[in-house]
Amino acid sequence: MWTYTLRRLIQGVITVWFIATATFAAMHMVPGDPLGSDRATTEAIRANLEARYGLDKPVFPDQYLIFLGNMARGDFGISFTQQNRNVNDIIREAFPISAQLGILAVLFAAAGGVLFGALTALYRNRLPDVVIMFLVILGISIPSFVFAALGQLGVVRLNNLVGQSVLPVAGWGTLQHMLLPALVLGLGTMAFLTRLMRSSMLEVVNTDYVRTARAKGVPPLRIFWRHQLRNAVLPVITVLGPAIAAITTGGFVVELVFAIPGLGRTFVEAVQQLDYTLIMGTTVFYGAFLVLMVILVDLIYGWVDPRVRLS
Amino acid sequence: MAEAARTFTADDFAPAEVRTDLHGIARPSQSYWQDAWYRLRRNRRAIVSLWIVIFLLAFTLVGPLLWRVDPYAQNLDRISQPPTLAARTLLVERGVQWEGVTLPDWPAAPSSAWLLNPERGELPPPERFEVVGDPHTMSVRLRWSPVANAAGYQIYRNTYRPTAVNELGLPLGETWNGNEVGYEDQLALTPSTYWYSITATDGERESEQFVTIPVDVELATTIDNALMRGLIESRDAVRAGEYVSMPANPLGTDYLGRDMLARLMHGAQTSLFIGIAAPLLFVLLGTIYGAFAGFAGGRTDDFMMRIADFVIALPFLLFMILIRVASGIGPGESGILPLLLALVILSWPATARLVRGQILQIREEGYVEAARLLGARDHYLILRHMVPNTLGVILVTLTFAIPTAIFTEAFLSFIGMGVAPPVPSWGSMCNEGLKSMLNSPHELFFPALLISITVLAFNLLGDGLRDALDARMRSRE
Repeated sequence: MWTYTLRRLIQGVITVWFIATATFAAMHMVPGDPLGSDRATTEAIRANLEARYGLDKPVFPDQYLIFLGNMARGDFGISFTQQNRNVNDIIREAFPISAQLGILAVLFAAAGGVLFGALTALYRNRLPDVVIMFLVILGISIPSFVFAALGQLGVVRLNNLVGQSVLPVAGWGTLQHMLLPALVLGLGTMAFLTRLMRSSMLEVVNTDYVRTARAKGVPPLRIFWRHQLRNAVLPVITVLGPAIAAITTGGFVVELVFAIPGLGRTFVEAVQQLDYTLIMGTTVFYGAFLVLMVILVDLIYGWVDPRVRLS
Repeated sequence: MAEAARTFTADDFAPAEVRTDLHGIARPSQSYWQDAWYRLRRNRRAIVSLWIVIFLLAFTLVGPLLWRVDPYAQNLDRISQPPTLAARTLLVERGVQWEGVTLPDWPAAPSSAWLLNPERGELPPPERFEVVGDPHTMSVRLRWSPVANAAGYQIYRNTYRPTAVNELGLPLGETWNGNEVGYEDQLALTPSTYWYSITATDGERESEQFVTIPVDVELATTIDNALMRGLIESRDAVRAGEYVSMPANPLGTDYLGRDMLARLMHGAQTSLFIGIAAPLLFVLLGTIYGAFAGFAGGRTDDFMMRIADFVIALPFLLFMILIRVASGIGPGESGILPLLLALVILSWPATARLVRGQILQIREEGYVEAARLLGARDHYLILRHMVPNTLGVILVTLTFAIPTAIFTEAFLSFIGMGVAPPVPSWGSMCNEGLKSMLNSPHELFFPALLISITVLAFNLLGDGLRDALDARMRSRE
């Protein structure tokens, strides 16, 4: 167990190194000069800046090593466009917002997916199954920004109908602000998980141990909770890692539409303004976070399901 | 139950006739692809999806030939117009100023008794407030009943019904005498419903009480303008007050007055091109890569798959944006190629992994070993056994990769990181439509509908193909 964890962590570090290198390479292919002429700089200031960022040295290996050294120390540098701000500070401010939104979205997705998936399997080929599977197909086929727009439209109509603000249309601050964006963010994953849960549950519904439990007179609800749901839910846990990845990066659109000051919006704005350090910092941070999440989910899976041998 | 008595004759003991035809194969043999096509045809959802895909391709390729409207032509007369089948415009003479309405026997100014009264209160709004003649985009004429002790009136125009005085905004215009009770709005409008409001003022203080009327404004064009745009043949053929028909916008217009149908067709060329070309390329690349790795095996295989693992670990959307930025888009470029490139660079490893797994599995099959024993060469094994046996899986991967690619393009264009304007794509059209969602929902609705239908059709077709082609992945329905 410990050697496995250690090996996964080492692999993770190598992956993060690869992500950082790819980011570095991509950012150095961007046409143009980070200290472009549109910013008022004198020769002296320019020389200072170049020395500070090592831009006067060759890209490889000097700049690359400086970059790697800074990353290893967790120093992402100073923002190019937001005055007097560290990239670390910006991430520290924006990431908790994205994380809260993401956690709520994952909760929505997991709870809804497991529940609806189990229902469809229990009512196989009957009305609840048909209705839910139809909604699932819609959920997979409609882009999240359309859901976001429809959600906002719905909230506007609702607020007009009631005559007062029931739910805020956009912004950030309270739990009410989080509900709609988290739901929209989680919908696609919820549809995906419902599908997965359905097929997994169908496998479990008619197993021997379920028949035995039924034969010895265990109440149906107890069979459902203890024998069917518990066994069927395992495959869902494996895809939670990629699902968290999908949800955190899917946050771009939702954060833009709902005007949420999270990391996704920060990244998109950084790209639009070509804020080099902020782009590199966010990418490496995101990458490291995702790698960590996947490792974590794999470890949890081994802990939940003793049949899976971590080797 | 009693058995019926039966007597046997010699015939009963004659040897049975040997029939060789019973051992033959009764039905014609079916190839893998014939069988797959038969299964697919029986899947109604997949066939409907197939027709939708064919229709979409026709919409994209044939549509622009039939509907020859320039998707880039802006028409500021017709901004954000809802869908219409028959568009027409009213012909008017150029700029005839309305002299307004002035009542000769009504006082132009408030009485001094009123003005000197410190507790005089607010003036009521006019009792009647109405439109004179036909309201159209070149002129809206309003008149109202005079208010006692008024020194003038302020006219407001809004695109919604104002409910409180602070929603009126800045006045559109005003009259300076209590007996001037007419006003003409000559600001070039776009055809829509406008809410006109009026308040009275006594020269010192404006009343906060107002009346509001809705006015449906129809499109009008001066005869000169119509002549210039080729809507009419000559001046003599028409008179002011007549209608002439205009090129219609069956799906309405967008925020620059561009035809939505034409833009959707050209947007489909962008979206479907990226959505189909990118998966074709990366599935091909992944197949070659994976097949090579799987066939080579050993250390080469390990090394190649480690590279694929690294590429898979890259956060997809982030690197889509990074590569898109890194390749840079010059002025006048559409940005389609960088998008294609980014999709191919980031998406091939999934196919490579899948194909490698298949090849590894097939390598161990008995029939491959048998072929090898019979002296088959590598290229024969690959072409005769490996490729045909993985083709089904590859085809299914391809079908599922298409909706993902379309989604990705739409996402990126939606956040402004995709195709560069003014090139239309469904995603960027959604982005533009989102801004005017409340007033003209059709601008968001049509592109969103097309994206959803396309993705839905390809997903269902993929399900059908998977069931038809691949017995191992067949879904348990």
